Amino acid sequence: MNAGRLWRWLAYTVCGLVAIYLIAPMLIVVIISFSSSALLTFPPPGFSWRWYQNLVTTPAWRESFTVSLEVMTLTALLATTLGTMAAVGLAGRRTRWLAGLRTLLMAPLVVPQIVSAAGIFLLLDACGWVGTIRALVTAHTVLAIPYVVATVGAALETTDPGLVPAALTLGATPSVAFRRITLPLIRPGILSGLLFAAVLSFDELIVSLFLSTPRTRTVTVQMWSNVFGDIDPAITAIASLILLVSMLLLGAYSLIGRRRGAGSVVMPL
Amino acid sequence: MEPVAADLTGAGPTSRASHLLLVLPATLFVLVVFALPVAWLLSRSVSDPAWGLDNFRTVLREPVYLGLMRNTVQISVATTVLCVLLGYPVAHVMATCPRLTRLLTFVVLVPFWSSVLVRTFAWMVLLQNNGLINRALLGSGLVRQPIEMIFNRTGVLIGMVQVLLPFVIFPLYGSIRAIDPALMPAAACMGATPARAFLRVQLPLTIPGLTTGATLVFVLSLGYFVTPALLGGRRDVVIARMIQMEIGQFGDWGVAAALSLVLLVATLSLLGFSRLLVRRGRPT
Repeated sequence: MNAGRLWRWLAYTVCGLVAIYLIAPMLIVVIISFSSSALLTFPPPGFSWRWYQNLVTTPAWRESFTVSLEVMTLTALLATTLGTMAAVGLAGRRTRWLAGLRTLLMAPLVVPQIVSAAGIFLLLDACGWVGTIRALVTAHTVLAIPYVVATVGAALETTDPGLVPAALTLGATPSVAFRRITLPLIRPGILSGLLFAAVLSFDELIVSLFLSTPRTRTVTVQMWSNVFGDIDPAITAIASLILLVSMLLLGAYSLIGRRRGAGSVVMPL
Repeated sequence: MEPVAADLTGAGPTSRASHLLLVLPATLFVLVVFALPVAWLLSRSVSDPAWGLDNFRTVLREPVYLGLMRNTVQISVATTVLCVLLGYPVAHVMATCPRLTRLLTFVVLVPFWSSVLVRTFAWMVLLQNNGLINRALLGSGLVRQPIEMIFNRTGVLIGMVQVLLPFVIFPLYGSIRAIDPALMPAAACMGATPARAFLRVQLPLTIPGLTTGATLVFVLSLGYFVTPALLGGRRDVVIARMIQMEIGQFGDWGVAAALSLVLLVATLSLLGFSRLLVRRGRPT
C-alpha cells in the first residue's frame, strides 16, 4: 500500500511540475508586458501600459494586426462553408469514391507544414499573389478545411440517422428537414470547426512567412522578424495580444464543448 | 439546401450526385491549392535545374545535408522520449482523478491553442543569457556566469517538448480512460505490486495511445522549424528550416524539393506504420 502511495505522489508531483512548465512561461510574458521597465525583469518594478501604447503608435504592428484579423475572419468563413458542405456530402455513405475524396481533403493534416507551405508558395507566386490578403486566405483555408471536415463529420456521426427520414415521412420538405433537424444538431460541430479555422489562421506562421511581404504581413510574421536579436519588451505586448486572441477563441470553444455534439480536440493523424 | 436533405434520407436517385456536388467545391479547392502544387514542388526535385537525380545525390551525400538530417532525427527522438516520460503521468492523473480532469484538460488545452511562436518566444525571455532565469541565478549568487540554456540543444529540447506535449497527452488520456477501472484494483488484489500492476496491466493496454501519441510527436518534430530556429544554435539547423532557407534565401528549388520529398516520405511511412501497429494491437 505504501509503495502505491509513493507512486501516486510521484505521478502528482510530475503532473504539477509539467503543468507549471506548460503554463508559466506564457504567464510570465503576459506579466512582463505590463512592466514599466525597459529591461526584462521579473517581477516588474511597476505597472504601465507603455508597451501597448508603443504598439498602437507603431504603424507596422497596427497594420499587421489588422491583416491578421482580416485573414482570420475570411479564412474561418470560407473554410467553414467549404468544409461543412463536404462533411455533409461525405456523411452516411461509404463508397470508395467518397473515401478517396475524404483522404484528399484530410491530406493537409498529414503533410509536413513546411512542405505544404513550399508547394502553396510555388503556386501563389506563379499567380503573382504573394503579398496579398487573398493569398493568405487561400493558403490558410486549405490548411483549415480538414479541421472543419473532422469536427462537422464527428457531429454528423453522433446524430440519429433516422431523424431526417422521420421528418420526411411526417411531411417536411427536404430543405425544411435539413434546416430544422440536421443543421441544429450539427451546429456545435460547425462552430467548433469555425473556431479551429480561426485560431489556425491567426497563429499560422510558416505559410505566412512565404506569402508575406514587408507591406502585407500577418502579426506572427511581424513578430518573427522582430524576435531575432535583442528582445524588447514591446514584443511581450504583441505576444500577449496574440495569446489573448487565442484564449478568446478557446473560451468560445469550451462554451460550445459543454453542449452535446461538439467535436473533441482534432489532431493531425 | 434541397440536395443535402435528399441525401441524408439515404435514398433516391439524386442522392449520389448530390453527395458529389457537396464535396466537389472543397475537393477542387484542396486539389488546386494543395495537392497539385505539392506534386509540382516534389517534381522539381528531379527536374530542377536539370533532369536527373542530382539533387538527391546532393542531399544524401553531402555532409551538410547529412548533418542536418542527423540533427533533425536526434532532436525528434529526444523530444519524443521526453514527451512520453513527462506526458504519461499527466495523462494518468487526468484520467484517474476526476477532480483534476477539468483543470488539467484546461492546462493542456491552453498551450495547445496558443501560437507556437509566442510559446517559443516565452522561452527566449526566460532562458537567454540575460533572461529571467539567469538573472535570478546571478542575483542570488548561485552562479558566477550565466548558464547557457539557449542557442544549443538544451534550449531546443526545452521548447520542443513544451510545444508537443499535448499531442502525446491527449491520445494517452483517451486510452487510459478506456481501461476498465476495476482492472488495477483486481491486479492489486491478486498480489501485484503497484509497479508490477502498472507494467503488466496498464502499460500494455495503453500501447495504442502511446504509439499514436509518440508517432505524432516524432513526426511533428521532424517537420518543425520555428522552435529550433529560435532556440537552437547556429549549427543546429533542421530539415524544415533548411527547406525554408533553400527557397527563401538561395532560391534552390531542386534541393528544397528533394529535402521535402525525403521529409514527406519519412512522415507518411511512419504514420502508416504506426497506424498498422495500432490496428494490429486492437482486439477484433
